[in-house]
Amino acid sequence: MLKTFKIGGVHPPENKLSKDRKIEVLSIPSAVFIPVAQHIGAPSTPVVKKGDKVKVGQVIAQSSSFVSTNIHSSVSGTVKKVDFSADSSGYPKQGIFIDVEGDEWMEDIDRSETLVKDISVDGAEIVKKIQECGIVGLGGATFPTHVKLVPPKGMKAEVLLINGVECEPYLTSDHRLMLEKADEILVGIQLLMKAMNVDKAVIGIENNKPDAIQLLSEKCKTVAGVSVVALKVQYPQGGEKQLINAVTGHEVPSGALPIAVGAVVSNVGTAFAVYEAIQKNKPLFERVVTVTGKGVSKPSNFLVRVGTATSELVEAAGGLPENTGKIISGGPMMGRAISSLDIPVTKGTSGILLMKEEESKREEIIACIRCSRCVSVCPMGLEPYLLMTLGEKQIYDRAESERVMDCIECGSCSYTCPSNRPLLDYIRFGKGKVGQIIRSRKK
Amino acid sequence: MSKLLTVSPSPHVHSSDSTQKIMYRVIYAMIPALIWSVFMFGIDALRVTLIAVAACVAFEYLIQKYLMKVTPSVTDGSAIITGILLAFNVPSNLPWWIILIGAMAAMGIGKLSFGGLGSNIFNPALVGRVFLLLSFPVQMTSWPGIKMAAVDAVSTATPLALIKESVKNGVPIAKIEGLPGLGDLAIGMNAGSLGEVSALLLVLGGIYMIWKKVITWHIPVSILATVLVFSGIFWGINPEMYVNPAFHIMTGGLMLGAIFMATDMVTSPMNPKAQIIYGIGIGLITISIRMFGAYPEGISFAILIMNAVTPLLNYYIKPKRFGGQ
Repeated sequence: MLKTFKIGGVHPPENKLSKDRKIEVLSIPSAVFIPVAQHIGAPSTPVVKKGDKVKVGQVIAQSSSFVSTNIHSSVSGTVKKVDFSADSSGYPKQGIFIDVEGDEWMEDIDRSETLVKDISVDGAEIVKKIQECGIVGLGGATFPTHVKLVPPKGMKAEVLLINGVECEPYLTSDHRLMLEKADEILVGIQLLMKAMNVDKAVIGIENNKPDAIQLLSEKCKTVAGVSVVALKVQYPQGGEKQLINAVTGHEVPSGALPIAVGAVVSNVGTAFAVYEAIQKNKPLFERVVTVTGKGVSKPSNFLVRVGTATSELVEAAGGLPENTGKIISGGPMMGRAISSLDIPVTKGTSGILLMKEEESKREEIIACIRCSRCVSVCPMGLEPYLLMTLGEKQIYDRAESERVMDCIECGSCSYTCPSNRPLLDYIRFGKGKVGQIIRSRKK
Repeated sequence: MSKLLTVSPSPHVHSSDSTQKIMYRVIYAMIPALIWSVFMFGIDALRVTLIAVAACVAFEYLIQKYLMKVTPSVTDGSAIITGILLAFNVPSNLPWWIILIGAMAAMGIGKLSFGGLGSNIFNPALVGRVFLLLSFPVQMTSWPGIKMAAVDAVSTATPLALIKESVKNGVPIAKIEGLPGLGDLAIGMNAGSLGEVSALLLVLGGIYMIWKKVITWHIPVSILATVLVFSGIFWGINPEMYVNPAFHIMTGGLMLGAIFMATDMVTSPMNPKAQIIYGIGIGLITISIRMFGAYPEGISFAILIMNAVTPLLNYYIKPKRFGGQ
């Protein structure tokens, strides 16, 4: 039997409409808006000003603390302004507007397609380079990668898990990347292994991607210590804790980091970015984005420069369908609904999903019938119906003791609720409040 | 872009399942037993069921609309389930006005006084049934003869009542006349409330509900296993005074209770561990009432008692958390 995580989970319709579409390079837009906070942690500090000329790959905002990272220009041209504009959160965020002129890259970037297999740097240099190149987790969480690679004192990483699960319905960017850049990903994995000083890596891929499983298994034969494990299709397997559980059987303790069970998880996209950073000296300024949806005429996978407006991607995929009711940055389970097509692609944008009008509205909420489906699907073993009530009634001490902070916000509870109750909305609210309370207690 | 987009938090997709679909699946699961009851007790069974369903739906509608002044929610199908279950729990010759009173108790006291669907503590159909049992003990325990009479099965006492009476008078079980065989009990060739008689068809409904993920196995299996073990111990000690476990399982509405009433989502615990404790509780209380209590049958009371314990079980028994304690 295929491996999967042990508690909960759902299986929404996969709808991988774009899985057979090769990655296309999206043409460079005429202007970009690059937010300085594209990662978890402190926003970076802009180091360019209005009128500055920038090149592709040039640092335009500098990391301001350890848990932060650099932001690079994805285009060449002139800085128009440093100002605030909405990102996918909907809030105005500081960022750099650049008017594009040509496509002039930094001279030290190797733009050739040649595969560079030989690893000539040591672990510490890899970590340093990853930090310089602005690499963050590309699965969507955007946690700075270099932070993960340096375990807290007294902890030791034993295994690197590579997340090729892509459990979100619709999204295919990781799938395509695995098929088209398998060699590069494997070198990236070896680089990460070296940086972490581990000799074992496992790539977890869900069984709905048999071509990727086969290809990578084949290629892994020649790479020491790296193997592929096929996983049963089950959402949210791409969750860090769920993937660790599925592959190793370990459970990351409540409140702890994966390193507590000796694991570090990185996405296949991140592994590819690491390859490019170390072997090609190329910072992270472009990524693969799936543009999809039932009404989209050409569901596609694009290689997109960071800062490109959503509208450019939608145009390239055949234009905005007439009856679009909702646009999601990310997948349908955890993605964010965005309010405008001006929102830029950032490092964490794995997909743009256009939903039809009739798919966009929630159904009428009715009474909880205590069917306990939310309890049975919760991958963290929580009781969503209870946490929702506690959030609604603002009973935060109990919410804390019922482990609301363990919630990974995967949305399985809301997805499955037959009464269409907005479980996660209230849980998120309660989690936010409890988080505030915990922080103020520490002060 | 001129049109406004919908912006809402994730998740943006929803399973195709709904509360209404769940309710209708429960109704489908009860249909085989309903058909059998018509086969056994004649058109009277249908009469009782229709009156009970109509009355439950009507009372819910009227109370919600005129007393509670909320939008009536009768379309969710839960009132229909209560109606069918109430009918399943009464003799087929019950006068219509008693059924009405039962329906009013079920919906008014059992369900809506707590706030309606999802808020009630006790299974509404059982509240109605017990209300009638206490108010109209004679009518509620006068069983009609079976239309599909197999030779002398025109007994008007239920098998468990017969046993209770005889054992009290010192007659050993083997000597009791008119007890149906296990085969008859399985198929449903015996007297009783209209929906409780056919163990096999009830099990069929249960399997359908488990297959459709309406219920899980935890509650019915833990009840049946407990009854089997607990009554088996007594039977092993003294088979003259205590009837065998298979008999217990197939009589007195045990199947009906274990499969359709103890599993009522609203009134049963929310995680497997708590559900098993709940099921064991129901099994123990049922057999205790049957063996030592005043009533020949005990599952209704057992379920209601454990319904009352459910909030406590939900409070203390937690699902297996990811990442231990």
